[in-house]
Amino acid sequence: MSADWKGAIDCDVHPHVPNIDALKAHMNDYWRETVEVRGITAFESVAYPLNAPITMRPDWRGDKDKGRKRADTDPSRTAAALMDRHGFAHSILNCLYAVQLIRDENMAAAFCRAVNDWMRADWLDRDPRYRASIVLPLQNPELAVEEIERCAADKRFVQVLALAMGEVPLGKSQFWPVWKAAEKHGLAIGIHAGSSYHHATTGSGWPSYYLEDYAAQSLAFHTQLGSFIAEGVFVKFPRLKLVLIESGVTWIGPYLWRLSKFWRGVRLEVPWIDRSPIEFVRDHVRLTIQPFDAPASGETVGRLMDQLQSDEMLLFASDFPHWQFDNDDMMPVGINPTLRKKILIDNPLATYSRLGGSHAA
Amino acid sequence: MTRHVVARAADLPPGTRKRVSVENRDIVVLNIKGELFALSDKCPHKGASLCNGLLTGLVRSSVPGEYQYERQGEILRCPWHQWEFDVRTGRSYCDPRRLRLMQFPVAVETGASVVEGPYKAETFNVAVEDDYIVLDVPS
Repeated sequence: MSADWKGAIDCDVHPHVPNIDALKAHMNDYWRETVEVRGITAFESVAYPLNAPITMRPDWRGDKDKGRKRADTDPSRTAAALMDRHGFAHSILNCLYAVQLIRDENMAAAFCRAVNDWMRADWLDRDPRYRASIVLPLQNPELAVEEIERCAADKRFVQVLALAMGEVPLGKSQFWPVWKAAEKHGLAIGIHAGSSYHHATTGSGWPSYYLEDYAAQSLAFHTQLGSFIAEGVFVKFPRLKLVLIESGVTWIGPYLWRLSKFWRGVRLEVPWIDRSPIEFVRDHVRLTIQPFDAPASGETVGRLMDQLQSDEMLLFASDFPHWQFDNDDMMPVGINPTLRKKILIDNPLATYSRLGGSHAA
Repeated sequence: MTRHVVARAADLPPGTRKRVSVENRDIVVLNIKGELFALSDKCPHKGASLCNGLLTGLVRSSVPGEYQYERQGEILRCPWHQWEFDVRTGRSYCDPRRLRLMQFPVAVETGASVVEGPYKAETFNVAVEDDYIVLDVPS
């Protein structure tokens, strides 16, 4: 265990649903039989194709010859790679099982319940250091609120989870009952890279290649951030925290420049935004640091800090098991020791109010 | 501070404005519902002349979807990028501490007092029976 990481809070870890049976165990009779009769085998999106390098670091992949399962299906192996190895205090689980792809609102809600209950039984109950995000059926905001109310009593849920590309921008008022419930329960809102694939994955239409799809994710974060700001979500719900997960981070400086610049001329259409958008972002928006789109020179970190004028916005994350770094190089180059401690511990604690009572650094 | 006669009061009725150059400064003089305002005519952003900008009200809101519209006609918007300036304070809405227009004292004086001086009115033939708009501008 390394002293460098002790007590850190890893804000993005992906547990993988091993097979449909794992979820069927958490479904009622109707949905269990529906899955069987219809022959549903899985809801996996193409966001992380199994053989794409990004999807899993080689040493975390399964190996049939050695009888080894992929690490992200095994809470013990995941804990060994992260919390045991480095001394992290917590790992926050963001399950990317593709419930967002389902068109049937009620089926989406059933799968969300199953995923959340599976995470509870197979991960949270197995290791007291795990925390998790509630997966939501945002296809129907009322059902999403119900799922928050069903899960919120379990304080190990610290966040609600949405994907960067859904059906409409997430700041719009149809989602406000969901964000209201999140605020009421002290849950952060996490937006993770990914798509429901209900629309093209770029504003210009469907790209041809995975390369384009993955690189375009940061543009979806532009849209969601702009939506949360302009619609006035943070004016309406001033205690909310929005966490942009696996976004790439460094895009935010130029985007905030544009957003704040144009606000000066057209702020009359959004008069509830009574100060520069960047100030709302400093107060309410956080970003996880893997991946961190920058060369290894360290200059980009300094420039980003100058642009943000805040050392409270970055949250530590491994993005396990996605292959974002080799060895233990989880921290971008150019972060000084003071900022490093904030990123590892202080900022996550300030973002996830539900971690407060349980943190043992 | 030097006092400058810049217009006959009758030539700047309510709802009109005039751009004047005094002591190498471009200044916009506005008559808004009978009240006079004089501000630097140069937008601190990119230097556009503000004289032809829209005059709108001030919109504020404390809740998304609600609009408080007040002080109609007292916000001068730059014709280039539509930044807003408060004619009463010269301050911009977007960055009121750093982006502001210089304000100049402006008043209507009688022709009789203007004739007595000391005023600069190179371009006017001042008549005792008329009223004049007078600006105080640092020289």
